[in-house]
Amino acid sequence: MTTVSSPFYNDEHRAFADAVRQFTENEITPFVHEWDVAGEVPRELYKKAGALGIFGDGFDEQYGGHGQRDPLLRMVMFQELSRSGSGGVLASLLSNYIGLPPIQKFGSDATKAKYITPCMTGEKVAALAITEPSGGSDVARIKTTARLEGDHYVVNGSKTFITSGMYAHHFTTAVRTGGDGPAGVSMMVIDGDAEGVGRTSLDKMGWLASDTATLYFDDVKVPVENLLGEEGAGFSMIVNNFNAERIDMAAQSTAFARVCFDEALNWARERETFGKRLADHQVIRHKLVEMDRQINASQAWIELLAWRLAQGDDPVAEIAEAKVNATLTFEACAREAAQVLGGASYLRGDTVERLYREVRVQAIGGGSEEIMRDLASRQLGL
Amino acid sequence: MKVVVCVKQIPDPADPGALDPETRTLKRDVKLILDESDSYGVEMGLQLVDNAGGGEVTLVSMAPNNEQSGLRTALAMGAASATLISDTELIGSDALTTAKVLAAAIKDQEPDLVIAGSESSDGYTGTVPEMIAAVLDLPSVTAAKSIEVGGDAIQVQRQTDAGYDVVDCPLPAVISVTAGVVEPRYPSFKGIMAAKSKPLDEKSSADLGFAADAVGWAGSGQEIVDVAEAPQREAGEVIEDDGEAHLKIVEFLENLKVI
Repeated sequence: MTTVSSPFYNDEHRAFADAVRQFTENEITPFVHEWDVAGEVPRELYKKAGALGIFGDGFDEQYGGHGQRDPLLRMVMFQELSRSGSGGVLASLLSNYIGLPPIQKFGSDATKAKYITPCMTGEKVAALAITEPSGGSDVARIKTTARLEGDHYVVNGSKTFITSGMYAHHFTTAVRTGGDGPAGVSMMVIDGDAEGVGRTSLDKMGWLASDTATLYFDDVKVPVENLLGEEGAGFSMIVNNFNAERIDMAAQSTAFARVCFDEALNWARERETFGKRLADHQVIRHKLVEMDRQINASQAWIELLAWRLAQGDDPVAEIAEAKVNATLTFEACAREAAQVLGGASYLRGDTVERLYREVRVQAIGGGSEEIMRDLASRQLGL
Repeated sequence: MKVVVCVKQIPDPADPGALDPETRTLKRDVKLILDESDSYGVEMGLQLVDNAGGGEVTLVSMAPNNEQSGLRTALAMGAASATLISDTELIGSDALTTAKVLAAAIKDQEPDLVIAGSESSDGYTGTVPEMIAAVLDLPSVTAAKSIEVGGDAIQVQRQTDAGYDVVDCPLPAVISVTAGVVEPRYPSFKGIMAAKSKPLDEKSSADLGFAADAVGWAGSGQEIVDVAEAPQREAGEVIEDDGEAHLKIVEFLENLKVI
């Protein structure tokens, strides 16, 4: 996925990419269909991933993290995991990366020790709970309320489309502690086993190995120390969190597009029709080159953006655009790979079949293509 | 407990290798990686040190081009330090010369135990560990599937065609381990970062006291006179099921003496 000749990667990036590639080949890829059928990823995988250091980027060393934030390391890690050809496995395994950053940035030392440490080892899983049944990307209008009563808040409301929602041990949750609009939004950590927390599993088109849920909070008592930062500071936390999630999803989408290309290329070299290999038909060759062209462009862009993030730059508009570009690339490649594979791509268990179903969630989750374009247009001051 | 593990860095088996047409040996001027068969030796060494409650694993390797990345992988797994013997004089060394050079590097370390893979995944001579033992005048046990340490001796389960032998062996000793007997750990992020600052001592053959004509092509009695493609595997026997196929399969397996 990564090119050794890229100027962005150092020896440690390459060494970790090799290790994650081995891990993916041995521990994930052979089982992705089995886990799709089961509708979940085995809990043991989290512990193995924790030992490897999959969860640590951006988290303090004292809580078991890497002690550094390296957008390029995260990119090679996510892209190597994506070689498994299962977005569902990644969504499950990596929900820590959307659930934990607000705790790392705004939690007290005690909160970090309590919630981050067990996630680093894979003992526990974090989830992010923002979206509500009444609205998706419009987070300034969330309706879940948290009312302060002495030493705890009382939370009431509902969240939906929550990745890892069925099995997560705690939810980093957006709640309304104040009046209307963004200034009334706060973030707090809600334990999954707290009294009054309910969960309902959601069946999906793709990401079958990932548990997704609607959550219900019915008079849930949350200790005041679980509030992250100040009351009313939640909106900016959410916006910052989305930015990282978007480049992560762009990296995954580009890598999944590459998997589609590889599947199509292998098939085109092996399969013979009309007396010659599929790859010897011009129409197929052009399809493959079109796929490769789009993937290379997307890969070059996201690597540059990751490097800029590593320099301290914050290219919000470009990350939004790059996510759109990556998911459109993934969509095009999934379609064309399916055309090259023909009937084989229509069978359950086939990698392209799975990825074809997973295109939509990549193009919608973390901010839809439409929302991304709108965000970019506002950032550009149009 | 001090364990020295011999590791070889080889061209990545995932990339098609090529033979030098002149010497008929594998081209090694590419990026070399840790031979997977040696990762079992590294893992075995790390587990023995853990079980002993102290000590360390050190690595010894010989490579023609100062390559370190395979050694860094083994350091990232948890080995404490490495010695790399590398210079152009070594190019063309045969198994015995390799064993002499490795033995010279091992001798100074005075290990309790030397571990090596049974055979490399590129050369497959399968003789270097025993030659090291001979050069160092140490006992050797081959094809170990498990090693248990007790005081000044080890008990080794040695893989055989029929099962395994139990071999008691005094220390120090040289043991070759078979692939698949332990599950090598993945180099973790923390291991990779720690490996950056672990000592990696580079030596030349001259540093170890070898004259230029004692190593490499000059010092080795080996000449590869010919290479040939491996023969294609013959197609297996297809048994049509006429209701009696299971009997034929049983007979086939009985003839092989596997049941």
